[in-house]
Amino acid sequence: MTARLAKYAKVFTIGIQNTFVYRWAFVLRSVVGIVPLIGTLFLWQGVFQSGGGTIAGYTFSAMILYFAMTVLMENLVTPTDDEWQIAGEIRDGRLSFLLLKPMNYLAYRFSLYASYRLLYSAILAPGILVVFFALREYIVLPSNPATWLAFAGSTILAALLQFFIAYTIAMLAFWILEISTIIFITYSFEYFLSGRIFPLDMLPPWLSGVVKWAPFTYELYFPVQIFMERVKGAALLEGLAIQAGWVIIMWCAAVALWRRGVRKYQAVGG
Amino acid sequence: MNRYLAIYRLTFRNSLIREMNFKANFLLWMLVEACWFIGQMAFIEVLYGHVTEIAGWTKWQLVCLVGTHQIISQIFQGFFYINLANLPELIRTGRLDILLALPVDAQFAVSTRQVSFDCFINTLVGIGIVVLSLVKLGITPDAWSILLYLFAVALGVAVHYAVMFSLAAVSFWMIRGQALIHGYFNLFHIGRYPDVVFRGVFKFIFTWIMPIILVSNVPAKILARPFETPWAGLATLIAATAIVLGLTRVWWLFALKRYGSASS
Repeated sequence: MTARLAKYAKVFTIGIQNTFVYRWAFVLRSVVGIVPLIGTLFLWQGVFQSGGGTIAGYTFSAMILYFAMTVLMENLVTPTDDEWQIAGEIRDGRLSFLLLKPMNYLAYRFSLYASYRLLYSAILAPGILVVFFALREYIVLPSNPATWLAFAGSTILAALLQFFIAYTIAMLAFWILEISTIIFITYSFEYFLSGRIFPLDMLPPWLSGVVKWAPFTYELYFPVQIFMERVKGAALLEGLAIQAGWVIIMWCAAVALWRRGVRKYQAVGG
Repeated sequence: MNRYLAIYRLTFRNSLIREMNFKANFLLWMLVEACWFIGQMAFIEVLYGHVTEIAGWTKWQLVCLVGTHQIISQIFQGFFYINLANLPELIRTGRLDILLALPVDAQFAVSTRQVSFDCFINTLVGIGIVVLSLVKLGITPDAWSILLYLFAVALGVAVHYAVMFSLAAVSFWMIRGQALIHGYFNLFHIGRYPDVVFRGVFKFIFTWIMPIILVSNVPAKILARPFETPWAGLATLIAATAIVLGLTRVWWLFALKRYGSASS
């Protein structure tokens, strides 16, 4: 067991080293990545100036906290190019090389994903601190330790969910040569339905059922709601259960597609 | 000049033939853009479900702004996006050599290798949305406004080009320049917001250093907010476009000196 874990720990360190080579790309990316947040803050300032005190139960200050937390969560858990790499390995036949090793591909990719996210967050940490410092008058930290616990749990589930969704989509590369279109379509759903540009409780009430049951809700929006203590008690437990349910569903989908795909795999060019 | 036109005509034709060979892909890319655009519209719908105006912009004025952004970015993407997005890869693999050896200007060769026709369909969608917004606003623009609008749209395409080209050229120094490609989308993300919401140092940066917030606002105001005088905005846009295009050229020539050709 320890030997098996040690193997993936090694992959993890290699992932960190590989990522570190491209640190400048990361820094530049994060500097530019802050621009949408700036735009968002200005836009919502405009919205609140004409909308009055609260919108959908958010004060301006709460809205700022919402977006700051969403950006933080995004940096922590959203894969940057794991799906592109996986699809590339399948398409170019580089997968053959990995199949010959005594490793589980999913565990291998997950180690890489974890190492990317960790290093990425570490590199971005100073920037995120600056942003949070600049917005400090809006930041309210939850006082209840149970909230922190639920938030941490939900964040881990969100990371697993995002990874499994990316992995599952990438598996389609076994059947379809060019999957960038499918990836971009998935992105568009994740972008609008995970709460990245507006909090999902701003949607009209007749859509609340969709919001509750869709997987995208649990990629970013739900953990942020926990953090802001906008979801509590029974609703919180129910949400965590749905989130865990989606993680299991996507995990099964990822494993099932891998099993079928690898049988069909032709190692083009490999 | 004629030679460049002739070359471009051939590129155009080849791209069309290529596009027709991959019809499914063509349709899928249209679907991708449709998903994003529907999302934008839904966002506006959600916002205006809670307020009646944002910084003085009504719902259909904002729709006109987003439609204009769509027109400009899709024209840019149709002609240039894929070529500029490939630049980091050309540099990394050394395939840029072939383009440098061609008897045409290297920046032209890099920028105009293929045309994506699916984007022009999306441009039409954008035009449809702008027309719809004007109908809802009860505005019938005169020929002069339309001409000014088209002129401002053309300047906008130039700004998109300059910003993305400068980002792509950073990959002369940096492997994995792909990260910069995301930078383009991040930057122009704010192009769809009314310029009046921006304040202070950010307004200065995104007006003069990277004139992103002018790009869609100037033309959209000409049509959707005819009560505002367009001249100050237009003059700023012309000046800013000239500056960024000039800087792009200088930056490219400077970057090219750094090129060592990877694999030869």
